[in-house]
Amino acid sequence: MIRSEILKEIAPILRDQLVVCNIGIPSQELHAIDDQPTNFYMLGTMGLASSIGLGLALAQPKPVIVIDGDGSILTNLGTLPTIANNVADNYILLIIDNGSYGSTGDQPTYAGQKTSLAKMAEAAGCERVIECQAEETGRVLQEALDARQMTIIVSKCESGNAKMPPITMDPVVIRDRFMKAVQA
Amino acid sequence: MNIDKKITEDLVANDISFVTTVPCKQLAGVIAEIDAHDAIFHIPSNKEHEGMGLCAGAFMGGKRPAIIMQNTAIGVTINTLATLIQYYRMPLPMLISYRGELREPIACQVEMAVHTKALLAQMHIPTYHFHHQQDVAELDAILKYTFMCNKPVAILTDANFWGGYGDQ
Repeated sequence: MIRSEILKEIAPILRDQLVVCNIGIPSQELHAIDDQPTNFYMLGTMGLASSIGLGLALAQPKPVIVIDGDGSILTNLGTLPTIANNVADNYILLIIDNGSYGSTGDQPTYAGQKTSLAKMAEAAGCERVIECQAEETGRVLQEALDARQMTIIVSKCESGNAKMPPITMDPVVIRDRFMKAVQA
Repeated sequence: MNIDKKITEDLVANDISFVTTVPCKQLAGVIAEIDAHDAIFHIPSNKEHEGMGLCAGAFMGGKRPAIIMQNTAIGVTINTLATLIQYYRMPLPMLISYRGELREPIACQVEMAVHTKALLAQMHIPTYHFHHQQDVAELDAILKYTFMCNKPVAILTDANFWGGYGDQ
């Protein structure tokens, strides 16, 4: 399974939740599969999806699901201790770990080699960390929502991208409709 | 006048309730005040771009954020300022310790100080420079301006403003 297949499978779970989606192809895929006003698409700023999602979860009570990547987490590793030490039980970080920098040509990341992001999250102090295979992602994500406990999910999948068009929506429009969905 | 208390009171009076910080010796007092204040959620960051991500999320969640950091952070956060804070039009007051200015004891700090205002000008970020203690009187107006225009705004605070470095 590749990331776009995971996103297709979990789209019905994501539909009613606040979602912060990682820069590049992940946002393009989610946008093409099931565009929702409850989706915040990152158009730039590699690495910050987990931080934006944490700020959002700490600021308001609705569940927040961050769709992040292994490369993006590696870009902003300081995020893991910040998440661990500022517990928001409405926060789920779903790291789709395909062991590659998908948006830039599938160059391998260290997470696909010796480095375990699940173990790094645990070492940072995150209390509910679940590593799963791609096929289990939907079940693990639903369980995390039901648990109402801050959860870090590392979903191991294959490298590869679906061909989707770039997002042409204006960033201010993305932000404005997302904020209205947050307040709704 | 206790400027640490005055700054914290101005933040609270402007409904700023989510503050992230990356420490600086000059900012230690104000960070302690913010940490102790019940009306502010203080979340330390490991890197300033991470802090701006937290602030962006908090803003979209309905809170007014602020970041407190050193001017060296301008070198770290250019991309985040351009592609997140400015691109999505978000307000972000940045209270910045302006290291490397008059009364600075560490020569290396000057190396980023000489670029700070040029970088902020290049980014078209409204910039205010507090050099004397009484300059803090403008903070309230600067905060109101920031949330009026939905832009990042820089408040540079130098060693003279903070009262120097004592015996250093």
